[in-house]
Amino acid sequence: MFRRRRSAKDFAEEIQAHLELEADELKDEGLNEEEAQRRARIAFGNAAAAREQFRLRNRLLWLDNLVRDLRFAFRQMARNPGFAATAILVLGLGMGVSVAIFAFVDAALLEPLPYTNPSRLLSVNESNMRFPRWPLSYPDFLDWQRMNKSFSSFDVYSGTAYLLGTSSGAESVHAERVSGGFLRTLGVQPILGQDFRPGEDRLGGPNALLLSYSTWVNRFGRNRNVIGRTVHLDGTAFTVIGVLPRTFSFAPAGNAEFWVPINVLSPHEHSREFFAFWGIGRLRDGVSVSSALAEMKAIAGQLHREYGLTRFDLSASVVPLSEVIVGDVRPILLTLLSGALLLLLIACVNVGSLVLVRSESRRREVAVRGALGASPARLVSQFVTEGLLLAALGTAAGVFASAGVMKLLGRLVPKDMAANMPFLNGVQLNAHTLTFAAAIGLFAAAITAAIPIFRLTSQNVHNGLADGGRGSANRLWRRLGSNLVVVELVIAVVLMAGAGLLGRSLYQLLHVPLGFDPNYLATVEVMIPGTTYRSNAQVTELYREIVRRVKGLPGVESAGMTSRLPVQCDCNTDNIQVVGRPALNQNEEVDERHVSPGYLPALRATLLRGRYFTEADDASKPGVAVINETLARKYFPNEDPIGQRVSDTEGGNPTVWEIVGEIKDVHEGPLDVYTWPAEYFPLDQTPNGGFSLALRTQQGPGALLPSVVRTLHQIDANISVSNEETMNAQIDATQAALLHRFSAWLVGGFAVAALILGVVGLYGVLAYSVGRRTREIGVRIALGAQRSAVYALILGEAGWLTGTGLTIGLMCSLATSRLMRSMLFGVQAWDATILGCVAGLLAVVSLAAAFLPARRAASVDPVEALRAE
Amino acid sequence: MTTQRNADERIALLQGTLDLLILRTLVLGACHGQGIARSIKRHSEEVFFVDHGSLYLALQRLEDKKLISAKWGVSENNRKARFYSLTAKGREQLVEKTTEWQRLARAMGLILGGGSASGEEA
Repeated sequence: MFRRRRSAKDFAEEIQAHLELEADELKDEGLNEEEAQRRARIAFGNAAAAREQFRLRNRLLWLDNLVRDLRFAFRQMARNPGFAATAILVLGLGMGVSVAIFAFVDAALLEPLPYTNPSRLLSVNESNMRFPRWPLSYPDFLDWQRMNKSFSSFDVYSGTAYLLGTSSGAESVHAERVSGGFLRTLGVQPILGQDFRPGEDRLGGPNALLLSYSTWVNRFGRNRNVIGRTVHLDGTAFTVIGVLPRTFSFAPAGNAEFWVPINVLSPHEHSREFFAFWGIGRLRDGVSVSSALAEMKAIAGQLHREYGLTRFDLSASVVPLSEVIVGDVRPILLTLLSGALLLLLIACVNVGSLVLVRSESRRREVAVRGALGASPARLVSQFVTEGLLLAALGTAAGVFASAGVMKLLGRLVPKDMAANMPFLNGVQLNAHTLTFAAAIGLFAAAITAAIPIFRLTSQNVHNGLADGGRGSANRLWRRLGSNLVVVELVIAVVLMAGAGLLGRSLYQLLHVPLGFDPNYLATVEVMIPGTTYRSNAQVTELYREIVRRVKGLPGVESAGMTSRLPVQCDCNTDNIQVVGRPALNQNEEVDERHVSPGYLPALRATLLRGRYFTEADDASKPGVAVINETLARKYFPNEDPIGQRVSDTEGGNPTVWEIVGEIKDVHEGPLDVYTWPAEYFPLDQTPNGGFSLALRTQQGPGALLPSVVRTLHQIDANISVSNEETMNAQIDATQAALLHRFSAWLVGGFAVAALILGVVGLYGVLAYSVGRRTREIGVRIALGAQRSAVYALILGEAGWLTGTGLTIGLMCSLATSRLMRSMLFGVQAWDATILGCVAGLLAVVSLAAAFLPARRAASVDPVEALRAE
Repeated sequence: MTTQRNADERIALLQGTLDLLILRTLVLGACHGQGIARSIKRHSEEVFFVDHGSLYLALQRLEDKKLISAKWGVSENNRKARFYSLTAKGREQLVEKTTEWQRLARAMGLILGGGSASGEEA
């Protein structure tokens, strides 16, 4: 049944027989032996191709070819390990960075929030002209909750700090006060115990709390009997009723350890003018965000008219909760992803050019194989296989590298900030990231493979054979190869311009006039137990004692206290009226700080008029205030503010303050926000339980911090001391500084990599071109061309490429920098200095890269060059 | 000059027609590849030019389909050669394909020749 398969040898013999028979007949027609054989062969056509096709008959042709191509590609790599290693390294790095940054994008922007049906969760708040989101007052919250029909549930949260009683003294802890249905609105259930019961969030309800998972682990050693235990917060006993799941996180609450129902309100919080509660709502089925917004706006307007709050100019804001959680990081992540992808593009183009250079030096090989019967498709598939193999290895290297890069980038985010970015835990290699890696791997493969296809299909076999590399560099190479380099240079310019703008922004940010001297300034945060220090007199006495004791420490020049350190945030704000003038339509707030007499002098703030506070400005005297220049300019233009009086509602009571001093602006808010008006009240007249201590030191402030902590604990072991840092470290750790530094360094890194790759690419093109044109240059020199003319020839080529890249690059960077305007600070998108520097840098580096090949060209020995023929 | 013109007037074989031509040639008796090529060329008044590489692949294809059989023999002028002959199955196939082809040619002729059934008038 089965015939023995016919051998290739048998087929070859048959063809041989054919040729002989044909020759015989031609001889009979009168041709001589030699001519007959020649004619017979011509008439037959490509015998080798026929034999090849016979051999390949009935096989899984593509698989066969693929295996052979792969084997060949591996052999090629092994023969030229330098090329392979460079290509894989360049691709791997480009991919690694891109995939790692995509993992952040995925975790932050693509993964849904870890709540039930998170797309229906909205952040529902007030808004005013200055802030698109502005917190609610508690009475407003109750009315919004009662009146709305858009939300199936509506709740609020508000961060706070408590003094936690522990065996070793007191510790300040971060907690979140929430309304009773908060967790149900999110769709989160405790893993132990239960959620808040009805009534626990009513005013005067029982004191219950829930533990965060990490608190349960760190403070209670995963004890399952923790339910029913008592925890002392600010000296009040709370009963633990539940533990939240490990996966639960709520970014706006940061690393809150305890979750407490809102059942006690401070005197302020009863007021409709005290805005401290952030709202979330779960949208009912079938209700759209815009209709919910319309309803809330109507409710807000009605309430504000009813209670005479129109002067705040408030309205409602309804945005997806995800917007609140990741809105801040979106621009920076997208910028970084674009940077990484541009870098990857350069890497691909670079590898593509390398492949191209190699395909160029394999022209003869290709021509010979073509002549021996390889079809164009087979030749192309050979190169495509090599490209795919490179891309595959590069992708594999990139995926490995990305795991490392993710860890590295994750570590760059400081702990404080990481607490507000719970998505950082989700940064990993998962299905999304791997799909992305595969996609960009294919993209890289397409580029590395497309270049030789382009190159080969336009090659004439005959020319390839006849042209042993004589004459000037192949025109196609020059066109294609150099266009690719221009692309690289364009990308390098765009990234460099971006990095320059971000770097300049960072510089501007760190050189914002602070209005005080941050050097040699040590700071600690202090909380005092309200149970021990009940009366204002006791608190004031403690303040004085603390200042007296820390001032006595060796190396301390001066010391002071403030309710909030500068350069942190424009919070703890106040609404003021000027006494004796018509009520102002206020939609702007002023920063309010309570400071001890020594505080402003210790900061080395500049007193413009009047005086600082003294120990005499205590609770027994009428209220006094110091204001900053911005406030003076805003409310007292062209007049002396000293002696003027302002009023506000302090602790629920209308209070009048006489202005006794004006200082130059101390930058209270974040670095990237322009200075707000600010008012300072004496701490002795407005005592409270938490403040920060600032100490002016003679030497390095860091060394002093431990002894400050010791001294405070000597005064009272139940005082909590936290966040001991130098002022400079505090400023460096602010979100504004970190975000700007993070983006500037990363994009800077991309830019350096892009510059190196681009210039290496340029060098490659020129070196190759000089290599190909050695004979041409030899002839030129032999015919009398000066060395300088040869230099000019090569440098001119480099100059043309660089100039083109630079021109297009600068135009592109104008466009891209407009896109990243939101990340710039104190610098225009079209900053001429930066663009000039970029242009200069690229020109110098390109010239340097061009110099080596130019010198090699100029030192061509015409005799050698022509003899090599 | 003449060869050049001939080359231009040659017609590349339509897909599938080579098989039919081979079968037709072998009706006359067993023949080797070179003979088949010559025969096709001669009988088509040198209009058809058979690419020899394709011819041998076609022969192999027909052999695989058991339409023809082959064995090595000796030619008239004492050369070793591989002789092909029709199998019974090949004969059937030839009849079938010839009918098919004639219907096709007639139909083409009807359209192109505007009613003249005898398409060719060389």
